[in-house]
Amino acid sequence: MFYRLSGIHHTRYESARALWPVTADRRIILGLLLLALAAPFLLSDLYLTSYMLPWLIWTAAALSLTLLMGIAGQLHFGFAAVMAIGAYTSIHLTRAGVPFELALLGAGLMAALIGCLFGAAALRVKGLYLVMATLAMQYLVEWTIINVPAISGGAQATLSTPDVTFLFVPLQSDGALYYTALLWTVVVTLLIMNIKRSSFGRALVAVRDKDFAASVIGVNPLKYKLLAFFASSFLGGVTGAVLAFCYYQAVTPEQFGFNVSIQLVAMVLVGGLGSVIGAYLGAGFVLLLPIVLTNLLAFVAQFDLIPISFNLLSHIPLMVYGALIIGVILFEPLGLAKIYDNIRKYFLVWPFRHTQS
Amino acid sequence: MDFQFLIELTINGALTGLMYSLVALGIVLIYKSSGVPNLAQGAMVMLAAYIVWIFAGLLGTPILVAVFMALVGMFLFGMFTERFLLRKMVGQPIIMVVMLTLGLESLLRGIGPGLLGAAPKSLDLGLDMMPIIIGDVFINREYLVGGLIGAAMVGLSLLFFRTRLGTKLRAVSDNHISSWSVGISVERAVAISWGLAGISAVAAGAMWGSVQGVDWTLTALLFPAVAVVILGGLDSIYGVLIAGLIVGILGSVIPGYVDPLVGGGTRDVVTSLIILLTIMFRPHGIFGREDIERV
Repeated sequence: MFYRLSGIHHTRYESARALWPVTADRRIILGLLLLALAAPFLLSDLYLTSYMLPWLIWTAAALSLTLLMGIAGQLHFGFAAVMAIGAYTSIHLTRAGVPFELALLGAGLMAALIGCLFGAAALRVKGLYLVMATLAMQYLVEWTIINVPAISGGAQATLSTPDVTFLFVPLQSDGALYYTALLWTVVVTLLIMNIKRSSFGRALVAVRDKDFAASVIGVNPLKYKLLAFFASSFLGGVTGAVLAFCYYQAVTPEQFGFNVSIQLVAMVLVGGLGSVIGAYLGAGFVLLLPIVLTNLLAFVAQFDLIPISFNLLSHIPLMVYGALIIGVILFEPLGLAKIYDNIRKYFLVWPFRHTQS
Repeated sequence: MDFQFLIELTINGALTGLMYSLVALGIVLIYKSSGVPNLAQGAMVMLAAYIVWIFAGLLGTPILVAVFMALVGMFLFGMFTERFLLRKMVGQPIIMVVMLTLGLESLLRGIGPGLLGAAPKSLDLGLDMMPIIIGDVFINREYLVGGLIGAAMVGLSLLFFRTRLGTKLRAVSDNHISSWSVGISVERAVAISWGLAGISAVAAGAMWGSVQGVDWTLTALLFPAVAVVILGGLDSIYGVLIAGLIVGILGSVIPGYVDPLVGGGTRDVVTSLIILLTIMFRPHGIFGREDIERV
């Protein structure tokens, strides 16, 4: 039914290698982009700032992490710390009078430099030990931020972001914040998609699949592991800065705690390791499903049919989130991206059962 | 340098460390038999503490009955977890297994306090609260009992691995396929090790619950326990004991002197540094078996 490949014959390598080789795909992407651009006029302020905006920014974060975990295969359980470094660096730089655009760059570089320290562990160990090492570094970074007043402004302090302009637009109105986040997410998306089809991405995949086999065919695993940590931490740092300026507007160390790291890994995993559309779906699911379910239960609780205490209600997000991770891993280890793919393939030849690809 | 302060910190740290060993023991038992890093052990400790509290605090049964019920409950819980969650994970990459146990952790952390109330509950094991004073050194009595139970549990597991069933478990931990070929049911052995981890979670839950109250913060014991396991070696029972002492003493002595200077929270830093340094210099820990990778 939705067979969109009819009449498409690639005669040159360039057209076969394009980001979206199928015309229908290009139209869908264009439509989605237009919808995203029109969102401030279509959605109410509440939906725009408390659902769309965090969803976009967390998607960018999940994409940065999927570059490391999905494509390069290096497990990272301290990504929130990397984002924290970006957020704090950008705030301190803008407070010192640096323009926001340069501060974003500085945030990325700082996060990338410290992120490479995380990567140093990856040069020595992998798998479970890498998980533990990055987890320990998450605690160290967190502790440093909390206990050095010059960074956090004191143990319990919140650091509010100064007013800045981005590309000559003051970042004050909801619309400006939204478009900044959208721009960054689109940039990261295009970057990851292009990395996946470049020689750099292929080298990362080789390292992921078997690092010593990669070194046999001439891919230096040490170099590419470090590069993966550098690139992913750079993106993560800038995302942290965007998160701080566009969404939180006042940062505390708790916003980048251990749980956030786990949440990021959950987004990547629920969406599907290494998949771009998976990052969008995963971030949306992990972020929104607990909220939706809590609202639903609160709605049911109004009618007093089932007794639901406030205490239970406040723990629902945690349960849903745990059950979601367990469910996805047990029933579809390849994540939501695979489910999406299955549905798409089913409708490709819909009245009939079997497809070729 | 105040020598007596140092002794006090060392002794209480060593006892705390032995109580960490109680939590860590469960992780090692499971890792040894199945190669699964159980990051839900902290949540299992919390669950066990809640079960003990339900019987002892809510229903008012004697503490021994409560502990017995918790032992049965947690043994079954461990077996069920293995049967319905972890068995499907055989052959999956490690990240899936790690995230599954973390998902279980967060599920339990929601269910326990969600259904029973988030406020900390006090668990009275009938121990005397007065510290023991030897010379001029104060020793916390609960920590002493907990430390002794920790050491005893590790000793018991060492003895257990000499029994017939324990020998089977050791065979399974050595190699799954060769164990199958000599007629050992690997599935059952792994399930039993999960049950045993549940039992060690009861001991840990009862002791830690009595020390710091029963609430979700018990799950945070996972972090020092992970340090103990990494330092001692993921598959070594001796390692749990020795590393527990090291982590406990360092985590008590260093904060004792450094905390006043930097304003608190150094214990987590010490724990993190132990994990990091171990992984950088000797990833398989003090007593652990080194993994050899073949192409």
